[in-house]
Amino acid sequence: MTAMPRLHGQRGCSMNPDNNNQRRQSSHVDLRNRQQIRLESVSKRWGETVAVDSIGFDVAPGEFVILLGPSGCGKSTTLRMIAGLEQASAGRIHIGERDVTHLPPGDRGISMVFQSYALFPHLNVADNIVFGLRSRKVPKTERRDRLARVAQLVDLEAYLERKPAQLSGGQRQRVALARAIISEHPICLMDEPLSNLDARLRGEMRREIKALQQRLGMTVIYVTHDQVEAMSMGDRVILMQDGGIVQDGTPEELYAKPATAFAAGFIGGPAMNLVMLAAAADGAVIEGEPHCSVAAHEAKGHWLGVRPEDIRLLPADAHGVPAEVVDAEYLGADSIVRLKVGSQQLRARLDGKPAVTAGSACRLQWRREAAHFFDASDGRRLAIVGHDLAAPPGRHRIEPGLSTAAQAPLQDNEARASSNHVGNDSSGVNR
Amino acid sequence: MLIHNADRRMQIYGALLLLPAAVLLGTFAYLPTVATLINSFFLPGFRGAPPEFVGLENYTVLMEDRTFWRVARNNLLYALGTIPTSIALALGMALFVNARLPGRGLVRMAYFTPTILPMIAAANIWMFFYAPQIGLFNKLLGALGLSGVNWLGDPGVALTSVIVMTVWKEAGFFMIFYLAALQSIPPELKEASDLEGTSRWSFFWRVTFPLLMPTTLFVLINALINAVRVVDHLFILTKGGPNNATNLLLYYVYENAFSFFDRTYAATITVVILLVLAMVATLKFTVIDRRTHYQ
Repeated sequence: MTAMPRLHGQRGCSMNPDNNNQRRQSSHVDLRNRQQIRLESVSKRWGETVAVDSIGFDVAPGEFVILLGPSGCGKSTTLRMIAGLEQASAGRIHIGERDVTHLPPGDRGISMVFQSYALFPHLNVADNIVFGLRSRKVPKTERRDRLARVAQLVDLEAYLERKPAQLSGGQRQRVALARAIISEHPICLMDEPLSNLDARLRGEMRREIKALQQRLGMTVIYVTHDQVEAMSMGDRVILMQDGGIVQDGTPEELYAKPATAFAAGFIGGPAMNLVMLAAAADGAVIEGEPHCSVAAHEAKGHWLGVRPEDIRLLPADAHGVPAEVVDAEYLGADSIVRLKVGSQQLRARLDGKPAVTAGSACRLQWRREAAHFFDASDGRRLAIVGHDLAAPPGRHRIEPGLSTAAQAPLQDNEARASSNHVGNDSSGVNR
Repeated sequence: MLIHNADRRMQIYGALLLLPAAVLLGTFAYLPTVATLINSFFLPGFRGAPPEFVGLENYTVLMEDRTFWRVARNNLLYALGTIPTSIALALGMALFVNARLPGRGLVRMAYFTPTILPMIAAANIWMFFYAPQIGLFNKLLGALGLSGVNWLGDPGVALTSVIVMTVWKEAGFFMIFYLAALQSIPPELKEASDLEGTSRWSFFWRVTFPLLMPTTLFVLINALINAVRVVDHLFILTKGGPNNATNLLLYYVYENAFSFFDRTYAATITVVILLVLAMVATLKFTVIDRRTHYQ
């Protein structure tokens, strides 16, 4: 979805009538200024250590792109190279028509929000926000107008005289945002801006930042290690690992078709179950559970991935993978049940509070498309389709692509499964 | 009643915790101060005679003592000569060694070395620099074909020579404070201002310098106290001469007390010094502190 109609730019059809009167001064984002960012095989090395290894991607104007990954994966370094705070060891960075690889940060036309906010402690909120405008010698009257507008936008009007130390974490975050917005640069880089906030505030700011980005039509590159932030805010998520890009796609793509076992494990809360498959007479089975084959022979020795929310728990006399309940963790809206299958452990996410007892036997089922297969050696996604677990074991497996009538849900009122879970809302925390 | 007792007990605890510091301060700071003040109202008793109370006579004598005014003027010049220079130099050196430069540790150590030396040792080294015939400075001047200067013997030059030595000694010490303060400034502040194209000069005056203000203030007070307090080098270099050209207040106090054996006159000068320093401290706490940002 394009953010263009939402711009309160020069277009007459602005959806923000409250901003119409401010438009005469200068729009926040001039359409002509909207610039694409392009990285071409950019690397960063410190001596022998390779922090970023020849990565490349494009960011379209108005796009909200997330750089996601565990700490040390090179996502912050990538962002800092785009900002110009680190020099790229190799490769080229373009912003719009310009090659900015060797330009100083101030000439790149970007603003940035830091994890620590980087507010000037001796200046009050107003002076903090207009700091950059003073550096750029913007006349005083214009500074005042822009300050008034931005302060209203981030709801800081009552705090302009305060020093950063007198503000709460969320308010400081807003000052940092205001400082980025007031520069009216079309591109804003954010380096884990929410990680210093508590869980409740983080959820609030997540929505606020997203709304602000859409309203102003900013191009945002946002670094985070929190997959919830990535899934809920990003138009596109670039997942990084060890200095390289693992997957680059929409949040839906990352969730539904993880490119590697790492991606599978990183997205979703709790993470996707990954179990090793062994060979058995009638196909690949979960290690230690030789009776129920879950895929064809070609899958043996590789990883099977199933999301906890895709697992259905059935009574012991149903079809499916035999399992034993280890324990259950009740979280309110749902529960996480740990299950033992052969020598492997799986987690299932079930609605409400299922009546399961530790040690009881049960059967597991999942939809055929809920089974993902990953190469055991390099973790790559394999184009293998699993068996239909609802069919009786052994004979007459329904071949992939045939009718799914046999998959009619075997609902069980004791342990109802949650196949309707889409998205990755983790429970309670971080919302 | 019970609550009252518990309250009482807490107060006694508190008082006991303060006691060691209070005793030390009282014995070695406040008691001598009071004794000095009382002494300043007496004439010293000679040959076992009891000291004679003379009221403010010592102060009137002091006001008319031309040597005292000479020494006070010297001390003012000494303060004006050492404080701004050593602070500016310290800040400059700190900014320099805070940057990424090769051999940074070595440079830092080199700057700090004068501080480690005892004042007496430093003064002895500078004696060799300043010595009229064999001194380093005059040797260098001679190599350039210039006639030497009597650095410590010429009344017009001697005070400057003492000031230069003091700056050399103190700048490294103050640099350490600036360096510590500079390293506590988060690097993101520089990055955030870089992103807005702020020049280094502008960043220094708008961010670094205001954030260093508490340090500057601390260093300023220290430098001021040192200007009045440190006289060790005078014993080695000039002994206050020639003709009191390098005599400073504390050295004059020492002379009065232990060379002329006029203890009460020395006490009078001390009281005046204390008053001036107290005024400066008040100024610091009331005016400058309010304009300074503390983290």
